[in-house]
Amino acid sequence: MHPGIIFLGVVVGSVLFHIYTPWWWTDIASNWGAMDDTINLTFWIGGGVFILVCLFMVYCVFKFSYKEGRKVEYKPEDHKLEKILTIATTIGVIALLAPGLIVYNNYINTPKNALQVEVNAWQWGWQYRLPGEDGILGTAHVAKISDNNPFGINLDDPNGKDDILIEDDVLHLKTNRPVKILLRSLDVLHNYYVPQFRAKMDAIPGIITYYWFEPNKIGEYEVLCAEYCGVGHYAMRAKVIVESEDNYKSWINEQETFSDLIAKQENNKLKKILIVKNND
Amino acid sequence: MSDEYNQKNAPLEAQSSDTISGTSGTPSKDIDYVRPAELPEQDLYHGHSFITKWIFCQDAKIIGVQYFLTAVFTGIVGLVLSWLMRLQLGYPDLVPFITAEHYYQFVTMHGMIMVVYFLTALFLGGFGNYLIPLMVGARDMVFPYVNMVSFWMFFIAVCVLMASFFVPGGPTGAGWTLYPPQAILPGTPGSNMGIILMLVSLSLFVIGFTMGGLNYIITILQARTRGMTLMRMPLTIWGIFTATALAMLAFPALLVSCIMMTLDKMLETSFFMPTIVQAGEVLDYGGGSPVLFQHLFWFFGHPEVYIVALPAFGIVSDLISVHARKNIFGYRMMVWAIVGIGGLSFFVWAHHMYVSGMNPWFGFFFATTTLIIAVPTALKVYNWIITLFRANIRMNTVMLFCLGFIVTFVNGGITGIFLGNVAVDIPLSDTYFVIAHFHMVMGIAPLMVIMGAVYHWFPLVTGRMLSEKLGKWHFWFTFLGAYSIYFPMHYLGFIGVPRRYFEMYDSPYVASATGLNEFITVAALIVGFSQLIFIYNIVSSLSIGKPAGKNPWKANSLEWLTPEVPPAHGNWGEKLPVIHRWPYDFNVPGAKEDYITQTTPPSEVISAEVEKT
Repeated sequence: MHPGIIFLGVVVGSVLFHIYTPWWWTDIASNWGAMDDTINLTFWIGGGVFILVCLFMVYCVFKFSYKEGRKVEYKPEDHKLEKILTIATTIGVIALLAPGLIVYNNYINTPKNALQVEVNAWQWGWQYRLPGEDGILGTAHVAKISDNNPFGINLDDPNGKDDILIEDDVLHLKTNRPVKILLRSLDVLHNYYVPQFRAKMDAIPGIITYYWFEPNKIGEYEVLCAEYCGVGHYAMRAKVIVESEDNYKSWINEQETFSDLIAKQENNKLKKILIVKNND
Repeated sequence: MSDEYNQKNAPLEAQSSDTISGTSGTPSKDIDYVRPAELPEQDLYHGHSFITKWIFCQDAKIIGVQYFLTAVFTGIVGLVLSWLMRLQLGYPDLVPFITAEHYYQFVTMHGMIMVVYFLTALFLGGFGNYLIPLMVGARDMVFPYVNMVSFWMFFIAVCVLMASFFVPGGPTGAGWTLYPPQAILPGTPGSNMGIILMLVSLSLFVIGFTMGGLNYIITILQARTRGMTLMRMPLTIWGIFTATALAMLAFPALLVSCIMMTLDKMLETSFFMPTIVQAGEVLDYGGGSPVLFQHLFWFFGHPEVYIVALPAFGIVSDLISVHARKNIFGYRMMVWAIVGIGGLSFFVWAHHMYVSGMNPWFGFFFATTTLIIAVPTALKVYNWIITLFRANIRMNTVMLFCLGFIVTFVNGGITGIFLGNVAVDIPLSDTYFVIAHFHMVMGIAPLMVIMGAVYHWFPLVTGRMLSEKLGKWHFWFTFLGAYSIYFPMHYLGFIGVPRRYFEMYDSPYVASATGLNEFITVAALIVGFSQLIFIYNIVSSLSIGKPAGKNPWKANSLEWLTPEVPPAHGNWGEKLPVIHRWPYDFNVPGAKEDYITQTTPPSEVISAEVEKT
């Protein structure tokens, strides 16, 4: 069998695989459809180039297989052809890059009405902090973390008092409302990634990173850590529940604020003091 | 040591002064004129004992073989590790000893071995050492002693790396990128001796490699024979030369990051370590930046991709040209593309870091530079396939590997455009799409070239041909097998399967991929085992292969034109060759044969209508 046939088979097989593949995007559940679109665009242009290049190669292999005394073209250079190819490639690259940069510009500019959610990551788990009624998260630092202050919130910062603390790995979000995820890490790199939302960003100890998306499908989604963080990396899962405004409200009202937490601890302390006194 | 030097110094000098006067005496003095040599010939070291000839050897050809064999040994270790990983991914719980710790150690060691100790050492240390002096017409590297030390540093680096398998805690499991803080914290396997040995081994590698690299660069710049202008060098040499220049500039970034991380680990400095809370305790670190490491690492890491790719580009150009019996199309553009890609490769590193938390504005810059690099790369691909057009293509094993390279490289190059374009990268980064992409483009594609190059140059090194029949079986198993591993793997990335997951559990959206994972594992096992054909072919052909004779492929380049095959110590007998043309004069109109070697003076092929010399 002529080897060209097998190479042709590889090209045809790749195209057929692409058409009939059962493995494709997990259904999108956020506003980042534009990312899928740029990928599809890249698929069309890139896939076209792949097919053309390979088919041309296969054609040459069939047509110009070794034959004693075959007349071979001797043409070391062809400036015109080289110029055409350079320009065509450049145009193709610009066609791919320009839409990509526009989407990226949207990705790094968070809408003003975005809800802030701070994600705290550590080996190996997640917890969340939401701003309270003032809409501002209090400043925090990992060195301040203690049993009484699981997020390391700066006690002198009044903005931190009404912050809502969620010491659990399930996050609830409102549908159709942009969310700005602020990422903090206590120890190593992590990455808060929900495949259905498409967006991701690393959490880095020492600095706060961010990304945003707008969930637009009610449902439960699995969160995966997408930056290798040690031996428990694969088990570092969490859950996001996207729900209607009403359900979200009833959930958020059940959550504890930082002042609630302090009050509870002071109660405990008072109780302890009472116990100590009684024992005296 | 001076007594070991060639005492025939005087006649050699006499000969070079002879050549300075030009090739007077030949009938057509003018058209055959080649500029005289600027320097007299260099002394050559001659080993006499077994040890100086074969072990602590200063002959670049032997050093090349030593590099090659050591690199192949590490490659086989890397291959076995990949099987273990694939077994876990395709059939979890099948192999009881693969725990999560071990899995991550396999991932790390596989990656580091394949990229640094296998591919880099094989292309530059192996092919570079063997081919540079032969292809530029030198007797040896300019600093043979340093060249020898280079190999032995590499050898020690490999020993240190392999030793890390046997220390308490095992080798590091930090991922081949070794990102701190996790690389040196207890949550990662091998975070004590494992990571320290890895960092030491890498540092030794860089030191050894610098010695070799300086040799390659200076030999190419200073020791070319008469008439071998830069624009007459085979593209193999251009690829190796540019890659080595990149290595000289990029490896220092790796070395400093290794040193800094070693200090962070052993002396608790905080180059890369911010304030960290682990298990409720605040550690003694503070103020460092993990992102700094990533910048340093990828400032090395991205050029590293081209350190592997550029020699492959160069070699495949030569193989295609020889076996298609046609000059490489657009030689000058190929040279400038190699140099351009090399230069640009220093301005694209942060495309590995789009979701790393660096300043998001960098994304615009690095996406643009990354896509610019696609232009010269695409031109190289066009030139390879245009070379095949109206050629006379020998469909032998070497050519098959070249064609396999084109298919896999174009495939991997195009998925690179996905990942280089920042908005497209965000959903795909850290998924199996990335794994599939870089294995296709810098795993399989360069491997295709390496294997093709072995089939091509084996007759030169050993004087015997490899079996074509076994070679073809080897090619089809490797090419079709590897393609069916990595092509479908991209689609796992679309589903969203993250990389570096020991187990997927029952994540609802990956359930459909179980069958695909099993298929990939089976394919990986087959491809791995089919390399036994290759090894058998090499071992058996050493003794029963068909004698190759001189220049069996009818190539033009200098390495085939030595007075003895395989080339002897000193390469060129008494007189250095004189070069009259580029190495791609195949099927020149008017010429009697379908090739004109680089040493053929114009007066011998007067009727040939040569365009470029």
